[in-house]
Amino acid sequence: MPDTNGPHLIRGARPLGGDPVDLLFVDGRIAAIGPDLEAPEGARTVDATGLIALPGLVDLHTHLREPGREDAETVASGSRSAAMGGYTSVHAMANTDPVADTAGVVEQVWRLGREAGYCDVRPVGAVTVGLAGEQLSEIGAMADSAAQVRVFSDDGICVSDALLMRRALEYVKAFDGVIAQHAQEPRLTEGAQMNEGCVSDRLGLPGWPAVAEEAIIARDCLLAQHVGSRLHVCHVSTKGSVDIIRWAKERGCDVTAEVTPHHLLLTDELVESYDPIYKVNPPLRTAEDVQALREGLADGTIDIVATDHAPHPVEAKETEWSTAAMGMVGLETALAVVQRTMVDTGLLTWAQVADRMSTAPARIGRVDGHGRELAVGEPANVVLYDPAAPVEIDGGAMVTKSSNTPFRGMTLPGGVRATFLRGVPTVLEGKIK
Amino acid sequence: MRAQKPTQSDTGPGVPVPTPEVPEAPEVPEGTRAVLDGNEINRALTRIAHEVLERTKGGEHVTLLGIPSRGVPLAQRLARRIERVEDLSVPVGSLDITMYRDDLHLAPARALGRTEIPTGGLDDRVVVLVDDVLFSGRTVRAALDALGDLGRPRAVQLAVLVDRGHRELPIRADYVGKNLPTSLREGVTVRLDETDGQDAVLLGPSKARPSPSTALNRGLRPSSSSHPGTTETEGDDA
Amino acid sequence: MRHLLSTGDLSRDEATLILDTAAELAQVGDRSVKKLPTLRGRTVVNLFYEDSTRTRTSFELAAKRLSADVINFSAKGSSVSKGESLKDTALTLQAMGADAVVIRHSASGAAHRLANWVDGSVLNAGDGTHEHPTQALLDAYTMRDRLGRLEGLRVAVVGDILHSRVARSNVLLLTTLGAHVTLVAPPTLLPVSVHTWSCEVSYDLDEVLPKSDVVMMLRVQAERMRDSFFPSVREYSRNYGLDGERLGKMPSEAIVMHPGPMVRGMEISAEVADSPRCTVTEQVTNGVSLRMAVLYLLLGGS
Repeated sequence: MPDTNGPHLIRGARPLGGDPVDLLFVDGRIAAIGPDLEAPEGARTVDATGLIALPGLVDLHTHLREPGREDAETVASGSRSAAMGGYTSVHAMANTDPVADTAGVVEQVWRLGREAGYCDVRPVGAVTVGLAGEQLSEIGAMADSAAQVRVFSDDGICVSDALLMRRALEYVKAFDGVIAQHAQEPRLTEGAQMNEGCVSDRLGLPGWPAVAEEAIIARDCLLAQHVGSRLHVCHVSTKGSVDIIRWAKERGCDVTAEVTPHHLLLTDELVESYDPIYKVNPPLRTAEDVQALREGLADGTIDIVATDHAPHPVEAKETEWSTAAMGMVGLETALAVVQRTMVDTGLLTWAQVADRMSTAPARIGRVDGHGRELAVGEPANVVLYDPAAPVEIDGGAMVTKSSNTPFRGMTLPGGVRATFLRGVPTVLEGKIK
Repeated sequence: MRAQKPTQSDTGPGVPVPTPEVPEAPEVPEGTRAVLDGNEINRALTRIAHEVLERTKGGEHVTLLGIPSRGVPLAQRLARRIERVEDLSVPVGSLDITMYRDDLHLAPARALGRTEIPTGGLDDRVVVLVDDVLFSGRTVRAALDALGDLGRPRAVQLAVLVDRGHRELPIRADYVGKNLPTSLREGVTVRLDETDGQDAVLLGPSKARPSPSTALNRGLRPSSSSHPGTTETEGDDA
Repeated sequence: MRHLLSTGDLSRDEATLILDTAAELAQVGDRSVKKLPTLRGRTVVNLFYEDSTRTRTSFELAAKRLSADVINFSAKGSSVSKGESLKDTALTLQAMGADAVVIRHSASGAAHRLANWVDGSVLNAGDGTHEHPTQALLDAYTMRDRLGRLEGLRVAVVGDILHSRVARSNVLLLTTLGAHVTLVAPPTLLPVSVHTWSCEVSYDLDEVLPKSDVVMMLRVQAERMRDSFFPSVREYSRNYGLDGERLGKMPSEAIVMHPGPMVRGMEISAEVADSPRCTVTEQVTNGVSLRMAVLYLLLGGS
C-alpha cells in the first residue's frame, strides 16, 4: 500500500481536456478546484502543466489470473499494472483456477485486491459452475458476499445454451446484476485460430467467422429484451455486431457493449507473421471492422472501452501459432491507444473518453465511488495523462508480470503521469508507487 | 494470392547458354585491347584441330567436352574442323563443373550449365576438355573430378584458346591457341560469335572477383552467365 | 533468399531457376555415381513432426546426392514427444550446427516461426494446411517436363482445397509461372475468400475436364465426411472422383497428377491411377531432383 497520505495539490491540470486549473485532494476527496489554489500545510504539490485530468479509469474486463496462474499475473501485479494505466477500479474475470463461481473465491480475489491497494478490484462471478455451461453457479451468494458481485460472465467461453442464458439474465434482475456475454457460437468456431477471411485462407489457419459472434449477440439481445434484463456484450469485434447492437438499442433493449483497445487499432493482417503475440479471442478483424468499431464507440452504440487484459507467460506465446495462448496485455496502453484511435482522429473528446472509460463502465458494473465527476466533494479518483509524450512500447518494461503486448515496437502518443486512488497516489511522475 | 506479370517465357531445360540479344558493343571496349581477332581465333582452332588428330593418331577415340559457357561453342568448332580435315565425326558434349567448384561458398549459388555426355559415354574414350581460358587451373581440377563420376576415359587432355598463366594447381594444357602472359591486374575476355555476336579475345583491367563480403545475400541468383557478352573469363575459371 | 517457406515468396525468375537447376540435376539419377560433392561438410536436418516417409526420404536422398550430412529428427521417440517446445528444439539443432532444417509440422506457420529462431536455412516441407512449396515446385517441374511449357497451361486442381497445403502452394506458384488454375471442389471444401484468389473456381468437374491440360487430384480424407463437408464417400466420388469415363473427356495430351498418397476409389479410380497419363511416380522421381535443386540453391552459395 503506497504510504503517501496527506493532501495533494495538482497544479495546472486540464480537467477533461479543458482549461488549466488546480485541484486539491484532502482526505481522499476533491477538496477544491480552481485557479491558483493555496497549498495547505504539508500538502504535496504535483506539477500537472499540460496534463489532462480524467476520473480514474474503470475496467470492466481484466484477467488477473489469481488464483491459479500466478506465473502470469497476480491480483497485486495486475492491479499495479492497472494503476499504471490510469485505472482506479478493475473487474477481475472469473476464469481462474479454481473458477470464481463461489462466494469463497470472489471474496478471496476481492480481499487480495484490498490488500494490494492499487485499485478497487471487483470480482466478476462465473455464470455457470466451472464455466461448464451446464448449471448456474451460486450467483446470489456471490452478489451477497463481501465482494458485492454485480457482473457475471463465463468470459473465455460463451454461454451458448439459449435456455441457460435466459435463466441467467432473469436471475440477476433480483440484485440489479448484469450478464457479460462472451459472444462466440462454439460449433462455428471449433479449432478457430483467427478471423475468417482472406488472410486466414491464405495462411491456412482455421477461420473464426464474424457470424459466430453476431448470431449470439442477436440472440442475446432478443432474449434480454424478452425477459427485461440487462445484457452486456464483451469485446465486440465486428462491423455486423455494431449494427446489431445499434438495432437492438433502437428497439429498446437494455444492452451495453464494450470494445477493446486492440480491436480499435489492429487488424488480422498482423497474423501474416504467424507471431502469436497477435493471437487473441475474439480475433483481430479487418480494417473495415476497425472503422465500424471506432464509429460505434463514437456514436455511443458501443458504450465503453474495456481492456480484456490477458497476461500470458513467455512460453505460452513463443511457440507455433496453433498451440499458443490467446490474449494480450492491455491495461498500461489502453488510454494511449484510445487517444490515438479516437481522440487524435477527432472521433471523441476527452470528456467522452472519460465517459467511455470511467463513467459508463462504473455505471454498468454498479461500482460505487468511481466514474464520478471531477467535482468538489467527490472521491479523489483521478488520472493525470500527458497526451504529448510519445513512447515506444516495450513489453519488458511494463509493470504487468507478463509482456505479451501486441503494441511492442509501436509508438503511442501519450502516457499516464499520475493516478490517485481516493487521494493517494498509486502512480506519480509516471512511476508506480 | 497474387498474380505476377510474365517477365520471361519458359524456355524449359536444354539451352546451355541463353541466346542473348546481341549487344551492339564496340569492337574493342575502352580500356581494353584485342589480342586475337576473329581470323586469328579461327587459325588457332584449325591448328589445334590438326594437333589433336596428330596426338591422338587420327582421332578415332576422341570425345570433345566443352566446359560451359564458352568452351561449348569452341568444342563444336573444333569438331567441325576435325570433320573437315579427316572426314571423321567426333562426338561433342558439354561438361558443367559448377557442382564441383571449390569456391561455391564465395558467391551466391550459380545457375547450372548444361552437361551433355554424347551417346556411347566416356568409358575408354580420349576425352579432350575444351575451355576458353586457362588461368588458375581450378576449373580443370573440377572438370577432372566431374569426369571421374561420369565414366573412365582412356585419357583426358585439355585444349584452351588462351593460356594466361598464374596456375594455382599442377595442371597444363595439351593444346593452346595462344600463350598470353598477363598481370593479375589484367583480365582476359573471350567473345564468341555464338554467345556474344563477335569473335575476339580482349585484354583489359581485371574486374574484382566476388568476395564473400559482397555476396552476403545468399540464394537464388543467376550466375554471371546471365550477362552474356560481358563475362569476365577469369570469373569462370576460379 | 535464405529460406523456402512459401511459393508466394518466389519471383518468376527464381522459380524458373529452380526448375532449370532441377532439370540439370535430374541427370545425376541416371549416372553410375549418383552423387555430387557440392554440399560436402554441410548438415541438413530433417525435422518431421508428422509422419511422412515419402517426403522425408525424398529430402534425405536429395541431400545425400549432394554429399550433405543428413540427420533425421523425428518427433516420435525424441525429446519433442516429451513436450519440448519448437523453439527449444530449434536452438538445439542450431547448437549442433545445422546448415538447413527441413521441417514438416501439423501447425500452419511452423516453418515461419522456426525461421525466426535458427541461423540456417529453413525449408518448409509442409506446414499444417498452409503450404508445401517443394511439392508445388515438383508439380510444376513435372508439367513442364511432360507438356513442354507452363505459360498458358490450363491446370485444374480438384478436391479438398480448403485443407490442402499443396493447393495453396500450387495456386501461388503456377500463377507466378503463367499457368491458369481452376479450383474444382464442392463449396464446402473451398476457402470462403477463394473468389479473391488469382484463379478460377468451379463446382462442376465435368465442365472443367475438357478445358484442362493438367488435372491434379487431391487426397480427400474420409474424416471430412464426419464433419459434414460432404454427405458420403459415394456422393463425393460420383461428383468429384476421376474415373476412366471422365479421363476420356480430357484432351488426349492432358495428364493426371496426384501428390500422393492416393485414395483409390475415392478421388481417383485404379484405372486412372495406373494409366500412363497419370504422373504419380514421375512426380516422386522429379521430387528428388527438385529438392536437390532447392538445397543447392539455398546452401550451395555463400
